[in-house]
Amino acid sequence: MGQITLENVAKSFGEVEVIPPLDLTIEDGEFVVFVGPSGCGKSTLLRLIAGLEDVSGGKIVIDGSDATQASPAKRGLAMVFQSYALYPHMSVRKNIAFPMKMAGIDEAEQKRRIDSAAKALNLTDYLDRRPGQLSGGQRQRVAIGRAIVREPAAFLFDEPLSNLDAALRVGMRLEISELHNRLKTTMIYVTHDQVEAMTMADKIVVLQAGRIEQVGSPLELYRNPRNVFVAGFIGSPKMNLFTGAAAVEYGAETIGVRPEHVSVSADSGKWKGRIGVSEHLGSDSFFYVEDTGLADAVTVRADGEVAFRHGDEIWLTPAEDKIHRFDKNGDRM
Amino acid sequence: MATQRAHKAARLMISPSVILLLAWMIIPLGTTIYFSFLRYNILTPPASWTGFENYYYFLTDPAFIPALVNTLVLVLGVLAITTIGGILLALLLNMEFWGQGIVRILVISPFFVMPTVSALVWKNMFMNPVNGLFAHLFRAFGLQPVDFLSTLPLLSITIMVAWAWLPFATLILLTALQSLDSEQMEAAEMDGAGWLSRFIYLTLPHLTRSITVVVLIQTIFLLAVFAEIYVTTAGGPGYASTNIPFLIYNLSLKQFDAGMGAAGGVIAVIIANIVAFFLMRAVGKNLEL
Repeated sequence: MGQITLENVAKSFGEVEVIPPLDLTIEDGEFVVFVGPSGCGKSTLLRLIAGLEDVSGGKIVIDGSDATQASPAKRGLAMVFQSYALYPHMSVRKNIAFPMKMAGIDEAEQKRRIDSAAKALNLTDYLDRRPGQLSGGQRQRVAIGRAIVREPAAFLFDEPLSNLDAALRVGMRLEISELHNRLKTTMIYVTHDQVEAMTMADKIVVLQAGRIEQVGSPLELYRNPRNVFVAGFIGSPKMNLFTGAAAVEYGAETIGVRPEHVSVSADSGKWKGRIGVSEHLGSDSFFYVEDTGLADAVTVRADGEVAFRHGDEIWLTPAEDKIHRFDKNGDRM
Repeated sequence: MATQRAHKAARLMISPSVILLLAWMIIPLGTTIYFSFLRYNILTPPASWTGFENYYYFLTDPAFIPALVNTLVLVLGVLAITTIGGILLALLLNMEFWGQGIVRILVISPFFVMPTVSALVWKNMFMNPVNGLFAHLFRAFGLQPVDFLSTLPLLSITIMVAWAWLPFATLILLTALQSLDSEQMEAAEMDGAGWLSRFIYLTLPHLTRSITVVVLIQTIFLLAVFAEIYVTTAGGPGYASTNIPFLIYNLSLKQFDAGMGAAGGVIAVIIANIVAFFLMRAVGKNLEL
């Protein structure tokens, strides 16, 4: 079980309010991703749930019982830190055994759990090494192993992949997703990378300045961003946001259209521009179109076969039904 | 510094200082060894060759065994007090509290007091059986004041020296504590480790290297404690607070026997090396030298 409910949870450091009161429910077995720009309070929120910081107000309920004042160890949660936080002078085996040793689990059971975790995480050959002798990805797996053996109610991940290189990150992303499919345990994952959020989450919580901007499934957020911030944050490359005449035409303060919802043509269309940079990836082409009078550069995604080059004149046409309209406050209309 | 030329240039550049340092060390050591084989009383020159006689008399001197024991007791006692006390003080100073900066400076200040001064302060203001602070304290509780320097001479000197060296240990261990990764501590907290477990499984292993440094450096200086003894007990009563350096001083300068003093010096060097050898074996593996 691992249902976590936050009721009016708030946090201030001295005078500075980092997280204004917020409510959030995380269902048992869900993979929830907290995403937002750096400094948005997502790590603080995770630390509040973990019990590493005291809340300034509100209640944290884990599996129906109030855990607001409970010590981190008593909450039954396991955390994977950004720096992995492995114990440097202990072997991998001892690192993984540490939480069980603290819980007083008997040796035979410890060994059984270590072996099964090591097998699941491909660590069997490294059990007697020290963390310093492992690569980044292996350390990451040890940290996950240390979390698994506790059989926690929920896993908390604090930007676990940000210290890995790009290729490894994709691999570990898949491994964590597979782990979730297998264990079906609640996972809360903090990241600033919206690609990780989109690919892994059952539910994404978008945070900005401590406020929850929107909660929903990845596709919900992609299709129906509730405000300009979510619209600009979710999706890669970013949504094009236009103000001024183009927006007024649609009766809105701001309009947004995703790069993949703009069609290109050499001779006709709605907006005319000139290609500043073109990126051909084979499967797709990205054009950064200048001199449209809409924004500094409009990003457009087209088929990989479309052949425009730097300096070419280009006509853009947005898909009318895919245009997002936002009012003066930035909210969806 | 990868090419042959660079290596050659580097060797040439550092050679003056290396040669100077080597001479600085070799010449006095050579002179000492040479003197140790001479019958050389400063009052009755000239000196004459005697072979190992000086060593024989030094090692069979009735004061030698007590002095050796005293030296070891002093070194080990001060090491125990300063490392344990240093760890505790460092843990305390590592916490956040009001007036942290001033308290840290106060804790470190004994290190700047020269040994003779600190010994005199201890002798006259604290341990004096009539006017000392301890005597007043004892009397306040209706107890008989203790004459520390004549009844517990070695313990008194251990306390003085430990007082002087505690700041050093605290300083080194405090800096080590400050480099302890806070995420590791938090991870251990989440793993269910209590305060004591975190200390035993995380803090202590993290500190081993610094403790090694503290022990090795202090040992070098503690084997040569002299000023505190000279100013307070003068090695007495009897030989109760005589250590090897003080014995050498006694023989060479009080009895004007330069040859015997030199032999004692050579023996002191040998003892220091034996101690260093065992220390390195006991704790040196933490240094990964």
